[in-house]
Amino acid sequence: MNPIFKSHEKDFMRIEADQVCVDYNGTVALYDASLNLKAGSICGLVGMNGAGKSTFFKALMGFVRPSRGKIRINGIKVNQAQKEQSVAYVPQNEGIDYSFPVSVWDVVMMGRYGGMNIFRIPRESDRRAVFHALERVDLLDLRERPIGSLSGGQRKRAFLARAIAQRASVLLLDEPFSGVDVPTEKLMAELFLQFRQEGHTILISTHDLNHVRDFCDFVVLINKTVLAYGETSEVFTSENLNKTFGGIPPNPLSGPESSKDFVNE
Amino acid sequence: MSELLISITPLDWLLDPLTHDFMRRALMVSALVGGVCGLLSCYMTLKGWALMGDAVSHAVMPGVVVAYALGLPFSLGAFVFGVGSVALIGFIKQKSRIKEDTVIGLVFTGFFALGIVLVSKIKSNIDLMQILFGSPLGISQADVKQTLIISFVVIFILLLFRKDLMLYCFDAKHARSIGINTGILHYLLLTLLSLSAVVGLQTVGIILVVAMLITPGATAYLLTDRFDRMTILAVVSSSFSSALGVYISYWSDIETGGSIVLVQTLIFLIAFLFAPKYGIFKNQSLINND
Repeated sequence: MNPIFKSHEKDFMRIEADQVCVDYNGTVALYDASLNLKAGSICGLVGMNGAGKSTFFKALMGFVRPSRGKIRINGIKVNQAQKEQSVAYVPQNEGIDYSFPVSVWDVVMMGRYGGMNIFRIPRESDRRAVFHALERVDLLDLRERPIGSLSGGQRKRAFLARAIAQRASVLLLDEPFSGVDVPTEKLMAELFLQFRQEGHTILISTHDLNHVRDFCDFVVLINKTVLAYGETSEVFTSENLNKTFGGIPPNPLSGPESSKDFVNE
Repeated sequence: MSELLISITPLDWLLDPLTHDFMRRALMVSALVGGVCGLLSCYMTLKGWALMGDAVSHAVMPGVVVAYALGLPFSLGAFVFGVGSVALIGFIKQKSRIKEDTVIGLVFTGFFALGIVLVSKIKSNIDLMQILFGSPLGISQADVKQTLIISFVVIFILLLFRKDLMLYCFDAKHARSIGINTGILHYLLLTLLSLSAVVGLQTVGIILVVAMLITPGATAYLLTDRFDRMTILAVVSSSFSSALGVYISYWSDIETGGSIVLVQTLIFLIAFLFAPKYGIFKNQSLINND
């Protein structure tokens, strides 16, 4: 049964993290982090570098094992949910080798691998899914191009298409707004709204506060633990942001100093 | 001497060596081994494992010596020491503050030195020069059989898992997030590397085997933007240069391993200079029209 269809059950929890602790060789990176995200929500995960933001992200993806607490995706264990193709990961542009000899089509097809047999031979349904995903991100014309010949925004769209082709119900995006052009940003905004309507849950890890305000229904503020969590308008107070960033403006345009402006909007 | 060379037609040059049993064997083994190493070299260059390839290929040396001395298949010894060296590299890296490239250099030279000491100490009919420089012209029937078996095992596994391994090289995080066990793929690739190093040392020897595991992949990488085409180009160029190297070695009486690797390097240089899109003298119109 495709978990996306459970979205009609109003309060179906896509992501549940309960008092998650992670430590690396005795050093605590994250403690007592709890989070519940319903189907059809967009949530920003905000914190400084080294505040445990990426650790939390990795724990949700099953890359690090929590020393305490538990995580459920669609009500089941993370590795189980991954086997059901429920979790899609959209990497940072910086984390990919763009001189790799693959075409845009090849990259999007990788989203289908998990559902294929051991030989990974695409079926007609796989090709259709890739085609539609490329159509949705407006990259159909560039599908034969090597991935490295694309612009930053187009690259981001290619990886979004991979997540779409995967038909995952939970999308994890790592710094999706860095190096993205205006058309791509508009397209992402539209896509995110469509995803939300379709009952997907999107978690965005970022330090870009402006985009969090524009895109996210919910915000989680992280500094070694979950400092505040709730609807964006309620959580984005200058006091909370000060706590998150320890009084240091994360960047001159959108730091705590200017945070009042967009809270009052 | 020069009169003799002039009197040889190109056809003779190709066919004459085939009248000898040992040359037919050498050509077949070299081309096959070239193909195997060429196929794997794509993954090595894309994953950035050139140094790892160098390390593993040197580290198999003591394994080969011990296996010979105990009368076991040399592939077994090489496999144990190849994977063992990587495990040791990982262990030292994790438990100390030393940087990875230093650890790699430290471990593989240590293993290599152990191999050399063992050769000089264990009284047997192992020929150090044969291990170091390879000798496809003098390969025994038993070694041919073993090389054939290992080669086909490596080719079979690489073809079976080629998409998983490609995905692992390109985006390991995505592979994990769709439920693929990347830990197994990591050790699978290392195992294939050890096995390829073993068959590679048959033809070019331990010192040069890393060239077989890097150069064809690097050459192919300059020629295409498609993974499947890259593997085909790497296999073809590697098999071709191995066979040509053996021919040149036969006619001009030079070391076979060196000859094979020199041909490979030459092909790389041609690609480096004249590759249509990524060469130094690239075709500008090709790029603009893309």
